[in-house]
Amino acid sequence: MTALLEVEDLRVAYGKIEAVKGISFSVEEGQIVTLIGTNGAGKTTTLRTLSGLLKPVGGRVSFNGKALTRVPAHRIVALGLAHSPEGRHIFPRLTIEQNLQLGAFLRKDAAGITKDIQRAYDLFPILGERRKQAAGTLSGGEQQMLAMGRALMSQPKLLMLDEPSMGLSPIMMQKIMTTIVELKSQGTTILLVEQNAQAALSLADQAHVMEIGTIKLSGTGQDLLHDEGVRKTYLGED
Amino acid sequence: MHTLPQQLANGLFIGSMYGLIAIGYTMVYGIVQLINFAHGEIYMTGAFGALAVWTNLPDGTSIWLALPLMLLGGAIVSVLIAIAAERFAYRPLRGAPRLAPLITAIGLSLALQQAIFLWYPGADNAKSFPQLPGGPYHVGSISIQSGDIFLVCAAVVCMIGLAAFVRTSRTGRAMQATAQDPDTAQLMGIDTNRIIVIAFAIGGFFAAVAGLASGLKYGQVKYDIGFQAGLKAFTAAVLGGIGNIYGAMLGGLVLGIAESCASAYVSNIPGMQQLGGGSWANVWAFVLLIVVLLVRPQGLLGERVADRA
Repeated sequence: MTALLEVEDLRVAYGKIEAVKGISFSVEEGQIVTLIGTNGAGKTTTLRTLSGLLKPVGGRVSFNGKALTRVPAHRIVALGLAHSPEGRHIFPRLTIEQNLQLGAFLRKDAAGITKDIQRAYDLFPILGERRKQAAGTLSGGEQQMLAMGRALMSQPKLLMLDEPSMGLSPIMMQKIMTTIVELKSQGTTILLVEQNAQAALSLADQAHVMEIGTIKLSGTGQDLLHDEGVRKTYLGED
Repeated sequence: MHTLPQQLANGLFIGSMYGLIAIGYTMVYGIVQLINFAHGEIYMTGAFGALAVWTNLPDGTSIWLALPLMLLGGAIVSVLIAIAAERFAYRPLRGAPRLAPLITAIGLSLALQQAIFLWYPGADNAKSFPQLPGGPYHVGSISIQSGDIFLVCAAVVCMIGLAAFVRTSRTGRAMQATAQDPDTAQLMGIDTNRIIVIAFAIGGFFAAVAGLASGLKYGQVKYDIGFQAGLKAFTAAVLGGIGNIYGAMLGGLVLGIAESCASAYVSNIPGMQQLGGGSWANVWAFVLLIVVLLVRPQGLLGERVADRA
Protein backbone atom coordinates (compact mmCIF):
# COMPACT_ATOMS: atom_id res chain seq x y z
CA MET A 1 0.00 0.00 0.00
CA THR A 2 1.33 3.44 -0.87
CA ALA A 3 1.34 6.23 1.67
CA LEU A 4 -1.18 9.08 1.67
CA LEU A 5 1.62 11.63 1.38
CA GLU A 6 4.94 10.83 -0.20
CA VAL A 7 7.75 13.40 -0.16
CA GLU A 8 10.90 12.56 -2.12
CA ASP A 9 14.11 14.57 -2.18
CA LEU A 10 12.22 17.86 -1.72
CA ARG A 11 14.31 20.99 -2.12
CA VAL A 12 13.07 24.55 -1.52
CA ALA A 13 15.04 27.77 -1.82
CA TYR A 14 14.52 31.45 -1.04
CA GLY A 15 16.54 33.05 -3.79
CA LYS A 16 19.93 31.35 -3.64
CA ILE A 17 19.56 30.12 -0.09
CA GLU A 18 18.31 26.57 0.19
CA ALA A 19 16.04 26.22 3.19
CA VAL A 20 15.07 22.60 2.56
CA LYS A 21 17.90 20.51 1.16
CA GLY A 22 16.44 17.28 -0.18
CA ILE A 23 14.20 15.68 2.42
CA SER A 24 12.17 12.50 2.04
CA PHE A 25 9.43 11.17 4.29
CA SER A 26 5.95 9.74 4.04
CA VAL A 27 2.70 9.86 5.96
CA GLU A 28 0.49 6.76 6.11
CA GLU A 29 -3.24 7.08 6.37
CA GLY A 30 -4.46 7.32 9.97
CA GLN A 31 -1.08 8.29 11.40
CA ILE A 32 0.19 11.28 13.31
CA VAL A 33 3.57 12.21 11.85
CA THR A 34 5.61 14.99 13.37
CA LEU A 35 8.51 17.13 12.21
CA ILE A 36 10.49 18.58 15.10
CA GLY A 37 13.53 20.78 15.19
CA THR A 38 14.76 24.24 16.09
CA ASN A 39 13.85 27.54 14.48
CA GLY A 40 15.09 27.74 10.90
CA ALA A 41 15.30 23.97 10.46
CA GLY A 42 12.93 24.18 7.46
CA LYS A 43 9.77 22.74 9.02
CA THR A 44 7.44 25.61 8.13
CA THR A 45 9.03 25.91 4.69
CA THR A 46 8.23 22.23 4.14
CA LEU A 47 4.56 22.66 5.04
CA ARG A 48 4.18 25.83 2.98
CA THR A 49 5.61 23.95 0.00
CA LEU A 50 3.26 21.01 0.48
CA SER A 51 0.26 23.36 0.46
CA GLY A 52 1.53 25.15 -2.65
CA LEU A 53 2.37 28.56 -1.15
CA LEU A 54 6.02 27.97 -2.05
CA LYS A 55 7.29 26.27 -5.20
CA PRO A 56 10.06 23.71 -4.74
CA VAL A 57 13.24 23.85 -6.82
CA GLY A 58 13.41 20.08 -6.91
CA GLY A 59 11.95 16.81 -5.72
CA ARG A 60 8.57 15.12 -5.85
CA VAL A 61 5.47 15.27 -3.70
CA SER A 62 2.58 12.95 -4.25
CA PHE A 63 -0.63 13.15 -2.29
CA ASN A 64 -3.26 10.46 -2.61
CA GLY A 65 -1.51 9.31 -5.79
CA LYS A 66 -1.44 12.76 -7.41
CA ALA A 67 1.69 14.85 -8.07
CA LEU A 68 1.40 18.12 -6.12
CA THR A 69 4.36 20.30 -7.01
CA ARG A 70 2.75 22.00 -10.01
CA VAL A 71 -0.73 22.43 -8.52
CA PRO A 72 -1.52 26.05 -7.52
CA ALA A 73 -2.15 26.64 -3.82
CA HIS A 74 -5.87 27.33 -4.16
CA ARG A 75 -6.44 23.94 -5.84
CA ILE A 76 -4.64 21.87 -3.23
CA VAL A 77 -7.24 22.11 -0.48
CA ALA A 78 -9.78 20.60 -2.89
CA LEU A 79 -7.60 17.47 -3.06
CA GLY A 80 -8.01 16.93 0.69
CA LEU A 81 -4.92 18.63 2.11
CA ALA A 82 -5.64 21.33 4.71
CA HIS A 83 -3.03 23.58 6.30
CA SER A 84 -3.36 25.43 9.59
CA PRO A 85 -0.48 27.89 9.22
CA GLU A 86 2.10 29.00 11.75
CA GLY A 87 0.93 32.04 13.67
CA ARG A 88 -2.71 30.97 13.19
CA HIS A 89 -3.56 33.50 10.47
CA ILE A 90 -7.26 33.69 11.20
CA PHE A 91 -9.12 36.47 9.32
CA PRO A 92 -9.17 39.07 12.11
CA ARG A 93 -12.01 41.30 10.89
CA LEU A 94 -14.39 38.48 10.04
CA THR A 95 -16.45 36.73 12.69
CA ILE A 96 -15.62 33.30 14.03
CA GLU A 97 -18.50 31.81 12.10
CA GLN A 98 -17.39 33.52 8.87
CA ASN A 99 -13.87 32.17 9.40
CA LEU A 100 -15.26 28.66 9.70
CA GLN A 101 -17.41 29.16 6.60
CA LEU A 102 -14.30 30.20 4.67
CA GLY A 103 -12.70 26.91 5.66
CA ALA A 104 -15.52 25.28 3.69
CA PHE A 105 -15.19 27.74 0.78
CA LEU A 106 -15.11 25.04 -1.92
CA ARG A 107 -17.89 22.90 -0.47
CA LYS A 108 -21.39 23.15 -1.91
CA ASP A 109 -23.33 21.12 0.67
CA ALA A 110 -24.90 23.83 2.85
CA ALA A 111 -26.40 21.31 5.27
CA GLY A 112 -23.08 19.49 5.70
CA ILE A 113 -21.31 22.81 6.31
CA THR A 114 -23.79 23.77 9.02
CA LYS A 115 -23.30 20.37 10.62
CA ASP A 116 -19.51 20.68 10.55
CA ILE A 117 -19.62 24.19 12.03
CA GLN A 118 -21.64 22.70 14.86
CA ARG A 119 -19.02 19.97 15.16
CA ALA A 120 -16.30 22.61 15.51
CA TYR A 121 -18.36 24.28 18.26
CA ASP A 122 -18.73 20.93 20.02
CA LEU A 123 -14.99 20.41 19.80
CA PHE A 124 -14.25 23.97 21.00
CA PRO A 125 -17.29 25.30 22.91
CA ILE A 126 -15.71 28.74 23.40
CA LEU A 127 -15.92 29.31 19.63
CA GLY A 128 -19.66 28.62 19.67
CA GLU A 129 -20.19 31.10 22.49
CA ARG A 130 -18.42 33.82 20.51
CA ARG A 131 -19.53 32.92 17.00
CA LYS A 132 -20.60 36.48 16.10
CA GLN A 133 -17.43 38.08 17.46
CA ALA A 134 -14.59 39.35 15.24
CA ALA A 135 -11.90 36.67 15.26
CA GLY A 136 -9.19 39.26 15.96
CA THR A 137 -10.62 39.76 19.45
CA LEU A 138 -9.93 36.15 20.50
CA SER A 139 -7.01 35.18 22.73
CA GLY A 140 -4.05 33.33 21.20
CA GLY A 141 -5.29 29.93 22.31
CA GLU A 142 -8.80 30.60 21.05
CA GLN A 143 -7.39 31.74 17.72
CA GLN A 144 -5.47 28.47 17.51
CA MET A 145 -8.69 26.54 18.09
CA LEU A 146 -10.34 28.58 15.35
CA ALA A 147 -7.46 27.95 12.94
CA MET A 148 -7.74 24.20 13.58
CA GLY A 149 -11.52 24.25 13.32
CA ARG A 150 -11.29 26.21 10.08
CA ALA A 151 -8.80 23.75 8.57
CA LEU A 152 -11.12 20.87 9.47
CA MET A 153 -14.03 22.53 7.66
CA SER A 154 -12.66 21.35 4.31
CA GLN A 155 -13.03 17.72 5.49
CA PRO A 156 -9.35 17.02 4.83
CA LYS A 157 -7.78 13.62 4.39
CA LEU A 158 -4.58 15.12 5.76
CA LEU A 159 -4.45 17.99 8.25
CA MET A 160 -1.16 19.89 8.51
CA LEU A 161 -0.72 21.80 11.77
CA ASP A 162 2.15 24.26 12.07
CA GLU A 163 3.14 25.07 15.65
CA PRO A 164 -0.33 24.69 17.17
CA SER A 165 1.08 25.15 20.68
CA MET A 166 3.06 28.32 19.98
CA GLY A 167 2.56 30.96 22.65
CA LEU A 168 -0.13 29.01 24.49
CA SER A 169 -0.52 28.47 28.22
CA PRO A 170 0.20 24.90 29.42
CA ILE A 171 -3.52 24.26 29.95
CA MET A 172 -4.41 25.50 26.48
CA MET A 173 -1.58 23.45 25.02
CA GLN A 174 -2.85 20.32 26.75
CA LYS A 175 -6.28 20.99 25.26
CA ILE A 176 -4.85 21.32 21.74
CA MET A 177 -2.81 18.12 22.09
CA THR A 178 -5.82 16.18 23.38
CA THR A 179 -7.77 17.44 20.40
CA ILE A 180 -5.10 16.20 17.98
CA VAL A 181 -5.37 12.69 19.44
CA GLU A 182 -9.16 12.93 19.27
CA LEU A 183 -9.00 13.92 15.59
CA LYS A 184 -6.76 10.96 14.88
CA SER A 185 -9.23 8.59 16.53
CA GLN A 186 -11.93 10.04 14.25
CA GLY A 187 -9.82 9.05 11.24
CA THR A 188 -8.00 12.28 10.32
CA THR A 189 -4.37 11.87 9.31
CA ILE A 190 -2.14 14.56 10.79
CA LEU A 191 1.23 16.08 9.91
CA LEU A 192 2.33 18.06 12.94
CA VAL A 193 5.14 20.59 13.09
CA GLU A 194 6.17 21.49 16.62
CA GLN A 195 8.91 23.13 18.62
CA ASN A 196 7.54 21.50 21.74
CA ALA A 197 9.28 18.20 21.03
CA GLN A 198 8.16 16.45 24.20
CA ALA A 199 4.47 16.96 23.45
CA ALA A 200 4.79 16.17 19.76
CA LEU A 201 6.85 12.98 20.19
CA SER A 202 4.60 11.56 22.86
CA LEU A 203 1.64 11.44 20.50
CA ALA A 204 3.34 10.77 17.15
CA ASP A 205 3.41 7.46 15.33
CA GLN A 206 6.34 8.58 13.20
CA ALA A 207 8.74 11.43 13.89
CA HIS A 208 11.50 13.17 11.97
CA VAL A 209 14.10 15.51 13.42
CA MET A 210 14.99 18.37 11.08
CA GLU A 211 18.21 20.36 11.27
CA ILE A 212 19.15 23.16 8.85
CA GLY A 213 17.12 21.82 5.96
CA THR A 214 17.74 18.11 6.30
CA ILE A 215 16.21 15.20 8.20
CA LYS A 216 18.81 14.10 10.74
CA LEU A 217 16.94 11.30 12.44
CA SER A 218 13.71 9.36 11.98
CA GLY A 219 11.83 6.83 14.07
CA THR A 220 8.65 6.22 15.99
CA GLY A 221 7.64 8.91 18.45
CA GLN A 222 8.53 6.65 21.37
CA ASP A 223 11.95 5.75 19.92
CA LEU A 224 12.93 9.40 19.56
CA LEU A 225 11.47 10.31 22.91
CA HIS A 226 13.97 7.90 24.46
CA ASP A 227 16.86 8.69 22.12
CA GLU A 228 19.74 10.17 24.06
CA GLY A 229 20.75 12.70 21.40
CA VAL A 230 17.20 13.93 21.00
CA ARG A 231 16.78 14.20 24.76
CA LYS A 232 19.92 16.33 25.01
CA THR A 233 19.25 18.62 22.08
CA TYR A 234 15.48 19.03 22.04
CA LEU A 235 14.16 18.06 25.43
CA GLY A 236 16.58 20.19 27.39
CA GLU A 237 18.24 17.38 29.39
CA ASP A 238 21.96 17.09 30.11
CA MET B 1 -24.06 82.60 4.46
CA HIS B 2 -27.38 82.36 2.63
CA THR B 3 -25.61 80.43 -0.13
CA LEU B 4 -24.56 77.66 2.24
CA PRO B 5 -27.23 75.12 1.18
CA GLN B 6 -26.17 75.57 -2.44
CA GLN B 7 -22.49 75.15 -1.57
CA LEU B 8 -23.24 71.99 0.38
CA ALA B 9 -25.23 70.63 -2.57
CA ASN B 10 -22.43 71.46 -5.02
CA GLY B 11 -19.97 69.74 -2.71
CA LEU B 12 -22.22 66.69 -2.53
CA PHE B 13 -22.38 66.44 -6.33
CA ILE B 14 -18.67 66.76 -6.99
CA GLY B 15 -17.99 64.62 -3.92
CA SER B 16 -20.15 61.81 -5.31
CA MET B 17 -17.94 61.80 -8.37
CA TYR B 18 -14.73 61.74 -6.31
CA GLY B 19 -16.21 58.92 -4.26
CA LEU B 20 -17.09 56.80 -7.30
CA ILE B 21 -13.55 57.08 -8.63
CA ALA B 22 -12.03 56.64 -5.16
CA ILE B 23 -13.67 53.20 -4.85
CA GLY B 24 -11.32 51.95 -7.59
CA TYR B 25 -8.21 53.17 -5.76
CA THR B 26 -9.32 51.79 -2.44
CA MET B 27 -10.44 48.33 -3.63
CA VAL B 28 -7.22 47.68 -5.49
CA TYR B 29 -5.12 49.01 -2.61
CA GLY B 30 -7.07 46.97 -0.08
CA ILE B 31 -6.31 43.74 -1.92
CA VAL B 32 -2.85 44.18 -3.47
CA GLN B 33 -1.47 47.28 -1.63
CA LEU B 34 -0.94 48.97 -4.97
CA ILE B 35 -1.81 52.59 -5.77
CA ASN B 36 -3.07 52.35 -9.33
CA PHE B 37 -2.15 55.85 -10.45
CA ALA B 38 -3.53 55.07 -13.91
CA HIS B 39 -7.04 54.89 -12.43
CA GLY B 40 -7.81 58.54 -13.28
CA GLU B 41 -7.16 57.64 -16.91
CA ILE B 42 -9.50 54.68 -16.65
CA TYR B 43 -12.19 57.17 -15.64
CA MET B 44 -11.27 59.38 -18.61
CA THR B 45 -11.39 56.51 -21.12
CA GLY B 46 -14.79 55.52 -19.69
CA ALA B 47 -16.08 58.99 -20.51
CA PHE B 48 -14.72 58.71 -24.05
CA GLY B 49 -16.19 55.22 -24.44
CA ALA B 50 -19.61 56.63 -23.56
CA LEU B 51 -19.11 59.54 -25.93
CA ALA B 52 -18.11 57.21 -28.78
CA VAL B 53 -21.39 55.33 -28.36
CA TRP B 54 -23.37 58.59 -28.45
CA THR B 55 -21.53 59.79 -31.56
CA ASN B 56 -22.34 56.58 -33.40
CA LEU B 57 -26.04 56.53 -32.57
CA PRO B 58 -28.39 57.83 -35.27
CA ASP B 59 -29.17 61.55 -35.09
CA GLY B 60 -32.19 62.32 -33.00
CA THR B 61 -31.82 59.33 -30.64
CA SER B 62 -33.34 60.19 -27.27
CA ILE B 63 -30.71 60.74 -24.58
CA TRP B 64 -32.73 58.53 -22.22
CA LEU B 65 -32.57 55.68 -24.69
CA ALA B 66 -28.88 56.33 -25.29
CA LEU B 67 -27.93 56.52 -21.62
CA PRO B 68 -27.85 52.75 -20.88
CA LEU B 69 -25.93 52.16 -24.11
CA MET B 70 -23.44 54.89 -23.25
CA LEU B 71 -22.96 53.39 -19.80
CA LEU B 72 -22.42 49.98 -21.37
CA GLY B 73 -19.89 51.36 -23.86
CA GLY B 74 -17.98 53.30 -21.22
CA ALA B 75 -18.01 50.33 -18.87
CA ILE B 76 -16.67 47.95 -21.50
CA VAL B 77 -13.78 50.30 -22.29
CA SER B 78 -12.89 51.04 -18.65
CA VAL B 79 -13.25 47.47 -17.39
CA LEU B 80 -11.20 46.02 -20.25
CA ILE B 81 -8.43 48.57 -19.74
CA ALA B 82 -8.44 47.97 -15.98
CA ILE B 83 -8.23 44.20 -16.43
CA ALA B 84 -5.52 44.49 -19.08
CA ALA B 85 -3.53 46.83 -16.84
CA GLU B 86 -3.67 44.29 -14.02
CA ARG B 87 -2.81 41.35 -16.22
CA PHE B 88 0.00 42.85 -18.31
CA ALA B 89 1.37 45.78 -16.30
CA TYR B 90 0.94 44.94 -12.60
CA ARG B 91 0.78 41.14 -12.26
CA PRO B 92 4.28 40.57 -13.66
CA LEU B 93 5.56 42.99 -11.00
CA ARG B 94 3.86 41.36 -8.03
CA GLY B 95 6.54 40.76 -5.43
CA ALA B 96 8.82 43.39 -7.00
CA PRO B 97 9.87 46.40 -4.88
CA ARG B 98 6.95 48.79 -4.49
CA LEU B 99 8.55 51.51 -6.54
CA ALA B 100 8.38 49.37 -9.71
CA PRO B 101 4.57 49.07 -9.98
CA LEU B 102 4.24 52.72 -8.94
CA ILE B 103 6.42 53.90 -11.83
CA THR B 104 4.59 51.48 -14.14
CA ALA B 105 1.30 53.06 -13.06
CA ILE B 106 2.55 56.55 -13.89
CA GLY B 107 3.82 55.34 -17.27
CA LEU B 108 0.52 53.63 -18.00
CA SER B 109 -1.31 56.79 -17.06
CA LEU B 110 0.70 58.85 -19.57
CA ALA B 111 0.31 56.17 -22.25
CA LEU B 112 -3.48 56.08 -21.90
CA GLN B 113 -3.72 59.87 -21.95
CA GLN B 114 -1.59 60.13 -25.07
CA ALA B 115 -3.44 57.26 -26.76
CA ILE B 116 -6.73 59.14 -26.46
CA PHE B 117 -5.05 62.43 -27.41
CA LEU B 118 -3.59 60.93 -30.59
CA TRP B 119 -6.29 58.56 -31.72
CA TYR B 120 -9.64 59.83 -30.57
CA PRO B 121 -10.78 62.24 -33.29
CA GLY B 122 -10.65 65.79 -31.99
CA ALA B 123 -9.77 64.84 -28.42
CA ASP B 124 -6.99 67.44 -28.20
CA ASN B 125 -9.70 70.00 -27.59
CA ALA B 126 -12.69 69.70 -25.29
CA LYS B 127 -15.28 67.45 -26.95
CA SER B 128 -18.88 68.35 -26.34
CA PHE B 129 -20.85 65.74 -24.48
CA PRO B 130 -24.64 65.39 -24.58
CA GLN B 131 -26.50 66.77 -21.60
CA LEU B 132 -29.64 65.62 -19.87
CA PRO B 133 -32.74 67.68 -20.62
CA GLY B 134 -34.83 69.34 -17.90
CA GLY B 135 -33.80 71.46 -14.98
CA PRO B 136 -32.47 73.33 -13.32
CA TYR B 137 -34.75 72.25 -10.50
CA HIS B 138 -35.19 74.34 -7.40
CA VAL B 139 -35.44 72.98 -3.89
CA GLY B 140 -35.72 75.90 -1.49
CA SER B 141 -32.75 78.09 -2.35
CA ILE B 142 -30.85 75.26 -4.04
CA SER B 143 -30.62 74.95 -7.79
CA ILE B 144 -29.95 71.44 -9.14
CA GLN B 145 -29.07 70.34 -12.70
CA SER B 146 -30.34 67.09 -14.22
CA GLY B 147 -26.75 65.84 -14.52
CA ASP B 148 -26.26 66.30 -10.77
CA ILE B 149 -29.33 64.20 -10.03
CA PHE B 150 -28.00 61.46 -12.28
CA LEU B 151 -24.60 61.65 -10.57
CA VAL B 152 -25.95 61.36 -7.04
CA CYS B 153 -28.40 58.57 -7.94
CA ALA B 154 -25.64 56.63 -9.72
CA ALA B 155 -23.33 56.98 -6.71
CA VAL B 156 -26.03 55.80 -4.29
CA VAL B 157 -27.02 52.80 -6.42
CA CYS B 158 -23.39 51.78 -7.02
CA MET B 159 -22.49 52.10 -3.35
CA ILE B 160 -25.48 50.08 -2.11
CA GLY B 161 -24.83 47.45 -4.77
CA LEU B 162 -21.17 47.16 -3.85
CA ALA B 163 -21.85 46.96 -0.11
CA ALA B 164 -24.41 44.20 -0.68
CA PHE B 165 -22.03 42.35 -2.98
CA VAL B 166 -19.11 42.45 -0.56
CA ARG B 167 -21.21 41.53 2.47
CA THR B 168 -23.43 38.80 1.12
CA SER B 169 -21.93 37.14 -1.94
CA ARG B 170 -19.46 34.28 -1.85
CA THR B 171 -17.06 36.27 -4.03
CA GLY B 172 -17.45 39.26 -1.70
CA ARG B 173 -16.47 37.10 1.27
CA ALA B 174 -13.49 35.84 -0.71
CA MET B 175 -12.49 39.46 -1.37
CA GLN B 176 -12.57 40.28 2.32
CA ALA B 177 -10.46 37.22 3.08
CA THR B 178 -7.95 38.07 0.35
CA ALA B 179 -7.65 41.65 1.60
CA GLN B 180 -7.01 40.48 5.16
CA ASP B 181 -4.57 37.64 4.44
CA PRO B 182 -3.87 36.64 0.82
CA ASP B 183 -1.75 33.54 1.55
CA THR B 184 -4.28 32.09 3.96
CA ALA B 185 -7.08 32.90 1.53
CA GLN B 186 -5.36 30.57 -0.95
CA LEU B 187 -5.25 27.86 1.70
CA MET B 188 -9.06 28.14 1.86
CA GLY B 189 -9.21 27.40 -1.89
CA ILE B 190 -9.70 31.00 -3.00
CA ASP B 191 -8.15 31.84 -6.38
CA THR B 192 -6.66 35.16 -5.33
CA ASN B 193 -5.64 36.09 -8.89
CA ARG B 194 -9.30 35.95 -9.86
CA ILE B 195 -10.23 38.11 -6.86
CA ILE B 196 -7.64 40.72 -7.85
CA VAL B 197 -9.03 40.84 -11.40
CA ILE B 198 -12.54 41.32 -10.00
CA ALA B 199 -11.35 44.20 -7.80
CA PHE B 200 -9.82 45.94 -10.84
CA ALA B 201 -12.98 45.30 -12.86
CA ILE B 202 -15.30 46.75 -10.21
CA GLY B 203 -13.03 49.80 -9.90
CA GLY B 204 -13.10 50.17 -13.70
CA PHE B 205 -16.89 49.96 -13.80
CA PHE B 206 -17.27 52.63 -11.10
CA ALA B 207 -14.81 54.85 -12.96
CA ALA B 208 -16.89 54.46 -16.14
CA VAL B 209 -20.04 55.48 -14.25
CA ALA B 210 -18.18 58.53 -12.96
CA GLY B 211 -16.87 59.30 -16.46
CA LEU B 212 -20.35 59.22 -17.96
CA ALA B 213 -21.77 61.27 -15.09
CA SER B 214 -19.07 63.92 -15.34
CA GLY B 215 -19.60 64.24 -19.11
CA LEU B 216 -23.32 64.76 -18.53
CA LYS B 217 -22.65 67.24 -15.72
CA TYR B 218 -20.08 69.42 -17.45
CA GLY B 219 -21.22 68.89 -21.04
CA GLN B 220 -17.68 68.21 -22.25
CA VAL B 221 -14.75 65.82 -21.95
CA LYS B 222 -11.06 66.19 -22.72
CA TYR B 223 -8.12 63.79 -22.86
CA ASP B 224 -6.55 65.25 -19.71
CA ILE B 225 -9.54 65.18 -17.33
CA GLY B 226 -8.26 62.01 -15.70
CA PHE B 227 -5.25 63.57 -14.05
CA GLN B 228 -6.92 66.00 -11.71
CA ALA B 229 -9.98 63.84 -11.07
CA GLY B 230 -7.70 60.91 -10.30
CA LEU B 231 -5.60 62.96 -7.92
CA LYS B 232 -8.69 64.22 -6.10
CA ALA B 233 -10.20 60.76 -5.91
CA PHE B 234 -6.94 59.33 -4.58
CA THR B 235 -6.98 62.09 -1.97
CA ALA B 236 -10.56 61.12 -1.11
CA ALA B 237 -9.57 57.46 -0.72
CA VAL B 238 -6.70 58.35 1.64
CA LEU B 239 -8.88 60.84 3.52
CA GLY B 240 -11.53 58.18 4.12
CA GLY B 241 -9.02 55.48 5.03
CA ILE B 242 -7.52 53.65 2.08
CA GLY B 243 -8.71 50.06 1.77
CA ASN B 244 -12.16 50.86 3.13
CA ILE B 245 -14.94 51.20 0.53
CA TYR B 246 -17.24 53.24 2.79
CA GLY B 247 -14.27 55.44 3.62
CA ALA B 248 -13.73 56.13 -0.08
CA MET B 249 -17.28 57.40 -0.52
CA LEU B 250 -17.21 59.36 2.73
CA GLY B 251 -13.80 60.82 1.84
CA GLY B 252 -15.17 61.89 -1.55
CA LEU B 253 -18.14 63.65 0.01
CA VAL B 254 -16.08 65.36 2.73
CA LEU B 255 -13.54 66.50 0.15
CA GLY B 256 -16.20 67.79 -2.24
CA ILE B 257 -18.04 69.73 0.44
CA ALA B 258 -14.84 71.14 1.94
CA GLU B 259 -13.67 72.30 -1.47
CA SER B 260 -16.93 73.87 -2.38
CA CYS B 261 -17.37 75.69 0.94
CA ALA B 262 -13.73 76.79 1.10
CA SER B 263 -13.78 78.37 -2.34
CA ALA B 264 -16.99 80.21 -1.41
CA TYR B 265 -16.22 81.38 2.11
CA VAL B 266 -12.49 81.58 2.79
CA SER B 267 -12.33 85.00 1.12
CA ASN B 268 -14.82 86.30 3.70
CA ILE B 269 -12.29 85.75 6.47
CA PRO B 270 -10.51 89.05 7.20
CA GLY B 271 -7.01 89.01 5.81
CA MET B 272 -7.67 86.03 3.51
CA GLN B 273 -9.48 87.83 0.71
CA GLN B 274 -6.87 86.64 -1.75
CA LEU B 275 -7.36 82.96 -0.95
CA GLY B 276 -10.98 82.39 -1.96
CA GLY B 277 -12.57 81.45 -5.25
CA GLY B 278 -12.55 78.33 -7.37
CA SER B 279 -8.88 78.51 -8.28
CA TRP B 280 -7.98 77.89 -4.63
CA ALA B 281 -10.26 74.84 -4.30
CA ASN B 282 -7.39 72.40 -4.88
CA VAL B 283 -5.26 74.08 -2.25
CA TRP B 284 -7.98 73.69 0.37
CA ALA B 285 -8.57 70.09 -0.63
CA PHE B 286 -4.95 69.21 0.09
CA VAL B 287 -4.83 71.33 3.24
CA LEU B 288 -7.75 69.24 4.49
CA LEU B 289 -5.90 66.04 3.58
CA ILE B 290 -2.78 67.15 5.46
CA VAL B 291 -4.76 68.14 8.55
CA VAL B 292 -6.70 64.87 8.65
CA LEU B 293 -3.56 62.81 8.18
CA LEU B 294 -1.82 64.69 11.00
CA VAL B 295 -4.65 63.97 13.40
CA ARG B 296 -5.72 60.57 12.08
CA PRO B 297 -3.04 58.98 9.90
CA GLN B 298 -5.22 55.98 9.06
CA GLY B 299 -7.91 58.25 7.57
CA LEU B 300 -11.49 58.77 8.71
CA LEU B 301 -12.65 55.14 8.59
CA GLY B 302 -9.28 53.39 8.23
CA GLU B 303 -8.07 50.70 10.55
CA ARG B 304 -4.74 51.00 12.24
CA VAL B 305 -2.04 49.08 10.46
CA ALA B 306 -1.46 47.03 13.61
CA ASP B 307 -4.81 45.33 12.99
CA ARG B 308 -3.35 43.60 9.99
CA ALA B 309 -0.74 41.74 11.96
